Amino acid sequence: MTHLRINGVEEELPVATIAELLAERGIDRNARFLAVAVNGNVVRRAEWPAAALSSGDNVEIVRPFQGG
Amino acid sequence: MSRKRVVDDPLMIAGTKLRSRLILGTSGYPNQQVLLDSLEASGAELVTASIRRISLEGYAESLIDLLADRCRILPNTSGCVTARDAILTAELAREALETDWVKLELIGDRETLYPDVEQLVHTAEELVRKGFVVLPYCNDDPVTCQKLADVGCAAVMPLGSLIGSGMGIANPAAIELICARSPVPVVLDAGIGTASDAAFAMELGCDAVMANTAIAKSHDPRRMASAMRAGVEGGRLARLAGRIPKRSFAEPSSPQLGLVGS
Repeated sequence: MTHLRINGVEEELPVATIAELLAERGIDRNARFLAVAVNGNVVRRAEWPAAALSSGDNVEIVRPFQGG
Repeated sequence: MSRKRVVDDPLMIAGTKLRSRLILGTSGYPNQQVLLDSLEASGAELVTASIRRISLEGYAESLIDLLADRCRILPNTSGCVTARDAILTAELAREALETDWVKLELIGDRETLYPDVEQLVHTAEELVRKGFVVLPYCNDDPVTCQKLADVGCAAVMPLGSLIGSGMGIANPAAIELICARSPVPVVLDAGIGTASDAAFAMELGCDAVMANTAIAKSHDPRRMASAMRAGVEGGRLARLAGRIPKRSFAEPSSPQLGLVGS
């Protein structure tokens, strides 16, 4: 299990990479306009399958919404 | 003729040609269809979007998917109060939307939403260094605008008045001064209440106007979007035409010779 902070919420999840995390949450990793940062650094989409997550990581998963 | 004149008068930001001088915010519309109709009525080619955490209950499409096929998206860093958050938000936006453009907002006070000018200039410089095309929301202050241009911003976006206030242009003399001196395009951002405010901004010399709440929260957003478009175009034409000087006394417009009975 990996202890992560995901979009501000602490969670224990059986995932080891960003791609696994997205799959576990039911998020299609090929969906348009998704972006992910780990510990304040953007991780490019192509790197999601290989990008390892470890306990204590702070993950942000975002997309554009309407805004002014 | 007038329509052609407007069409032939594109706005250039960072080498990109935009036919419309109205930038549309996409927040707060009654529903998605009204937003899409208003976008069409406005003629805007550039629309803003915010970057937010997705719901962890599963990915849902947002209206941005539809907007992105119709126009250029300008992501903003709205809500950010630190340089670190603003830079990360800009970097996430670049990854999500595949654009280097960012409307930089760095808020110094959550109640008035006034920019934090000190952080804004440093953060703009940092983003420019990272290759971003930076359009900062800033104070209506010529010195701040000059500093932002000096660090490489592609445009400046001084506020007319407080965000969402509809108070129009609180300090027209300052906006006019900024426009007269700015080496980069000036986009009047925030405070627009109705179409005459947009026209006034353009008459003062602004290169473009950004509007959101004035359209989205009007009784008829589609109609207000049309009005805003006409206001921007009318104001731009008036600016190019050149207003007459103001006088304290009357000057008759009819000839003074040949008056009946004289």
